[in-house]
Amino acid sequence: MPISYFLVLSALLFSIGVYGVLARRHAVLVLLSIELMLNAVNINLVAFSALLEKAGLDGQVFALFVIAVAAAEVGVGLAIVILIYRNSQDTDVGELSLMKW
Amino acid sequence: MPLDIPAVRLTGIAPEIALCATALLLLVIDAVLGERRNRWYLPALASIGLGLSIYFATEAWGTTRLELSGMVAVDGFASFVKITLAVFGLLTVWLGRDFLVRERAEEGEFYGLVLFAVAGMMLMAGAADLIVVFLALETFSLALYVLVGFRRRSLLSQESSMKYFLLGSFSTAFFLLGIAFVYGAVGSTNLYGGEDGPGIVSSFMATGASDVGLLILAMGLLIVGLGFKVAAVPFHMWTPDAYQGAPSPVTGFMAAGSKIAGFAALLRLLDVTLYPLREDWRPLVIGVAVLTMVVGSVLAVVQEDVKRLLAYSSIAHAGFVFTGLIAANDRGVSGSLFYLATYGITVLGAFAVVAVLSGRDDEKVTLRDYRGLFYDRPLLAGALTLFLLSLAGVPVTSGFVAKLVVFGAAIQEGYWWLAVVGMVTSAIAAFFYLKVLVVMYMQEKETEDAERVRSGPLSTGVIGLAALATIVLGLYWGPLIDVAERATLFFAGG
Repeated sequence: MPISYFLVLSALLFSIGVYGVLARRHAVLVLLSIELMLNAVNINLVAFSALLEKAGLDGQVFALFVIAVAAAEVGVGLAIVILIYRNSQDTDVGELSLMKW
Repeated sequence: MPLDIPAVRLTGIAPEIALCATALLLLVIDAVLGERRNRWYLPALASIGLGLSIYFATEAWGTTRLELSGMVAVDGFASFVKITLAVFGLLTVWLGRDFLVRERAEEGEFYGLVLFAVAGMMLMAGAADLIVVFLALETFSLALYVLVGFRRRSLLSQESSMKYFLLGSFSTAFFLLGIAFVYGAVGSTNLYGGEDGPGIVSSFMATGASDVGLLILAMGLLIVGLGFKVAAVPFHMWTPDAYQGAPSPVTGFMAAGSKIAGFAALLRLLDVTLYPLREDWRPLVIGVAVLTMVVGSVLAVVQEDVKRLLAYSSIAHAGFVFTGLIAANDRGVSGSLFYLATYGITVLGAFAVVAVLSGRDDEKVTLRDYRGLFYDRPLLAGALTLFLLSLAGVPVTSGFVAKLVVFGAAIQEGYWWLAVVGMVTSAIAAFFYLKVLVVMYMQEKETEDAERVRSGPLSTGVIGLAALATIVLGLYWGPLIDVAERATLFFAGG
């Protein structure tokens, strides 16, 4: 299978993730979109590792690292969302505007 | 199939291990001993851990080698940055102790998180593989996200934590995509390469120029990710908000620590690994540097909040360091190191004064609160004056020498106009530092405080040390510059 299939899939996922981060206003959905971006990178890494001759297994190992770090990131992110919800009863990122400029 | 187990020698990351072990011990001790009125043992233990890491980092001084299968570089550059970071960590822990006691929120987690953040930043300085750079970046970022939101009752603190977190993870995703593209372009993520495998540049040379476009695209994405951490324009949006909302000691630590960590990775990546491709990355980085200097200096002029003002000033300073990085010669690299070390100490001192003056709940941070400060608290006002003059780059302070060195390096490479931009923006920046001085010395205080702010013994010590360092390094800069120059004897790899 040509590698371009995987790269196009990954690029699409990454772009959807970027759109989600920029357009969504709910903190949890923004977090979800960031996860989408990270997983798009994982597809890239694994595809390069499996299909490129010059690349070794590094890419697949790296993908595991990314999965682990993404889990830690979501842990911290959701904790912050819960803390804010407790204080303001709101998870709309657009409403977080005590500070400007 | 026989399995080759690689030799693991942990001495290469001894400073980081010391910090992580101390941090874990600290969390356990805090949990076991529980709530006590005076938890002096927490900062004491944290200081011991940081001292140990300084010891291990000094021990590695003078050697240049790759450890852990080429993943970590042990060299003078890494040692210099690690020792500097440990000093920043010590100042932050002492400052944080006074702050937490005042806010009645002393918890072991604060010290633990500071130690984890320092460990991540140190790993960043020694990282010789993009995988390690990524792990180090996430280690210190995750700790900082929590530290920024540490004032649990303040919605402001949490808002800034949330913004920092969302934008930070967003930029990390771009950084990661950059690494994936590097991997796709050359089949390796190692900055040097060696017996364990080829490095980025050697594989690039071997495979020819077929994938140069992909590699340059990747380079751009990596600069986005690291530019975010050092607060370069146009990736600076989070900086003022995160700096304003974070507890003042944490703000100082972010300004000093994440800047030197981000630049350490940038220096190793651009000035060493991608040095052969310097004509490709220079235009991009020059654009970022000019934008950073101009936007940082100009937007700082209109700020009314001292922490936001210092945030924009830190953006402008990132631009100044970029001039040393762009020069990409020995003087540029050692100058950037000197700049980052002196800037860090000065800015920590400035935020120490801000932390003392902000009073209960960390709220009095507008310029209005600083009116007539000199007549009320002459010593604190004097110290803040010194720090601001150093940030502005006035002679007899360390900030002046630092600017001289990085601009000199840029001129040496023929980028004299970049140095001119730097000097013009420094002049603009001097305006808003002077604005604070005018407020402190020439305006009347509006209302009497109900409660006189008190500077704890540790905060006083931190301010004194920082002031001393700012003056001494402004007069006798020779020794530290010598050390920085010897530190930049890079490990060039195979």
